[in-house]
Amino acid sequence: MSKHPGSQLRGKSRGGGQSLNWVFTLLGMLILLFILVPLFKMVFLSNKQALGQALLDPQTLSSIGLTIYAALIATAIGFVLGVPLAYLFARREFPGKGILEGLIDLPIVVPHSAAGIALLFVFGSNFLVGRGFKAVGIQFIDSLAGIVIAMLFVSVPILITSAKESFRKVDVRLEKVARTLGASPWQAFARVTFPLAWRSILAGSLMMWARGMSEFGAVIILAYHPTVAPILVYQRFETYGLAQAIPVAAIMIMISALVFIGVQTLLRRRDAGA
Amino acid sequence: MLKIEGLRVELPGFALQDIHLEIANGDYFVLVGPSASGKTVLLETIAGMHRVSTGHIWLDQRDITGLEPERRQLGMVYQDCALFPHLSVAENIAFGLKVRGRPPSDIARQQERLVRLLDIGPLLARRTTRLSGGERQKVALARALMTDPEVLLLDEPLGALDPQTRENVREEIIKLHTELGLTIIHVTHDFEEAVAMGQNIAVIGAGAIRQVGPADEIFRHPDSEFVARFTMAVNVFPGRTEVGPAGTSTFVVADARLLTRSTVEGPCWAAIRPDSIQLVATSSEAGPDNRFTGQISRIINKGSVVEVTVDLPPAMTCLLTRHGFDQLDLAVGRPVCLVVPPAAVHLFQD
Repeated sequence: MSKHPGSQLRGKSRGGGQSLNWVFTLLGMLILLFILVPLFKMVFLSNKQALGQALLDPQTLSSIGLTIYAALIATAIGFVLGVPLAYLFARREFPGKGILEGLIDLPIVVPHSAAGIALLFVFGSNFLVGRGFKAVGIQFIDSLAGIVIAMLFVSVPILITSAKESFRKVDVRLEKVARTLGASPWQAFARVTFPLAWRSILAGSLMMWARGMSEFGAVIILAYHPTVAPILVYQRFETYGLAQAIPVAAIMIMISALVFIGVQTLLRRRDAGA
Repeated sequence: MLKIEGLRVELPGFALQDIHLEIANGDYFVLVGPSASGKTVLLETIAGMHRVSTGHIWLDQRDITGLEPERRQLGMVYQDCALFPHLSVAENIAFGLKVRGRPPSDIARQQERLVRLLDIGPLLARRTTRLSGGERQKVALARALMTDPEVLLLDEPLGALDPQTRENVREEIIKLHTELGLTIIHVTHDFEEAVAMGQNIAVIGAGAIRQVGPADEIFRHPDSEFVARFTMAVNVFPGRTEVGPAGTSTFVVADARLLTRSTVEGPCWAAIRPDSIQLVATSSEAGPDNRFTGQISRIINKGSVVEVTVDLPPAMTCLLTRHGFDQLDLAVGRPVCLVVPPAAVHLFQD
C-alpha cells in the first residue's frame, strides 16, 4: 500500500485524465476529418486547369461578383437595422423581449426554401409590401433585390446575436459613468459602447456576409436569375455533371475560408484585449 | 445643499422607500448599509440613472429629479473604477471635458492641476488595464473631478483594495475633500470605514433610511435594533425599564438588572457596546452598580483584540486588548465579573 494515499489518488486522476484526452481527441478528429476532407479535397485536388478556366469564365466571375455584392448589401442593411435591435436586447427590458429574442433566431432553423416561400408571400408583387415596393420601382422576383432580401432573412440573426452578446459584455457602468461625465446617450454609445463592441460586431458582420453568400434555398425561390454562385454550382452540376461544378464550388469555399480566418483573427485579438 | 424629499424608486424586485436626506455643501456624507440594502441604487438615483416614482432631489435650489445624468454636474466613482478600457489614462481623464466640447487648452490646464494634486503624472500614457488598484482609484477620481462636479459620488471606493492601498486611497480622498472643499457622498457596507471617514452618516436597510446623524451620534446612540446590530453594538437586548423611587432607571433583561442613564420608559431595547464593558478576573460578587458574575462561554481571538462572551444570563460580549487578555489568563468556563457603566447602557424604542 502506498505511504501517500494522496499521490495514489493523483496518479489515478492523471490516468483518468489521459484516457479522457485520448477518447475525446479521437472523437474530435473524426468530426474534423468529416468536415475538412471534402472541403480540402475540393480545393486542393480539383483540376487546376479547370479551376483556372473557371476564374477566367465571365459567367462564373459575374456570378461570384453578384454573390459577394448582394451579400454585402444584405450585410449593410442587417448592420443598420440589426445592430440597434441587438443593443436594445442587450440593454433594455420590455414585455415580450424573451419571445422576440427567440423568434429572431427562427430564420436559422426553418428550411430555407420555406423561408423563400414566406418572403415571396410578403414581397411578391401580388402582396401589399411587394406592391408598395413595386410602386417605387423595386421588385423582388428574379432581381438583385430578391437575392438581397433572401440573404438578409436567413443570415441577419447571426449578426444580431453576435452584436447582442458583444454589447452584453460591455459593462453597463461604463455607459453610466460616461453619462455622469457629460456624455449624451448617443455620445456614450459612440465613444464607449461601440468602440468596445465593434470587433465582435464586425466578426458577426463577416459571418453574416459569408452565410449570405452561401444561401441557396431562399434565393432560388425568389430569384433564380440573376444567378448567384450557389445556384450556378447547382446548375453546372445538373447540366454538365460534377467536373463542371467543382471549380465554382472550390472558389466559393476559398472565399468562405478567407472570411472565417478573418473572423477568427478578429475574435482572438478581442480576447487578447488588443 | 443636496436635498432629497420623499424619494421612491421602484426597480424589479426592489424599491427605495420614502427617502429623506439633507447633505450640506462641503459635507463628507457616508451612506452605509449591508449588501442589497439599496445604497448603490440611491447613489445611482442621485446621479440620474433610475427613474424616480415619487419625490424630489434638489441640488442648491435646483430640482434635478428629472434631469439627465449628463446635466446634473455630479461626479461618480465606482468600486472597480469603471475606467474605459479602450482609452489611455490621459484619455480617460480628459473624457468629460472632451464630450462637453471644451477647447484642448482648457482640458490640458484642468488635467495638469488634477495630475499634480493626485500625483499621477507617470501614469498618463499607460493603458488602464496596466494599473494597480490604487492607481485605478486615483485615475477614476481625477476623471470624475475634471468636470468640477458639485457633488462627488463614491460607490465603495475602498472595497476592492488591499489594506495598505486602502489606507493610501482613504488619505487621498480625505485630502481631496479638504483641499477642494468637495461635497462627497460615499457608499460603503463597512461601518468602521463610515465612522472613520464620514462627518455625517445615514444607515440604510431594505431600501429605507434607518437613521441619519453625525458619525459619533450613530455610533453611540443607535435608535433601532437594525442600526444597533449593524453598528456592531453586539449586546442588543429587548427588555423593559423600571423607574426607582429616587428616579433611577433600571433596564431589566432575563436575570440582569442594569442601571442606566437613559430615560426611555416601558418596553424597549438596550444596546451596550462591547468596548464599554470592563471584565474583571476576580471573584467579586455581583452588586447594585452593574457588576455581574458569570462564566466565560466563548473566546474569539481577533488579532489585536479578543472578544470574550460571558453567560450572565443574558450572554454579554466584551472586547479586551490582546495585552489585557494575556494578563488576565482567561479560559472558557472560568468565572469572571463584568462591569457595565450605566452611561454605556443606551436604551431605545424600536
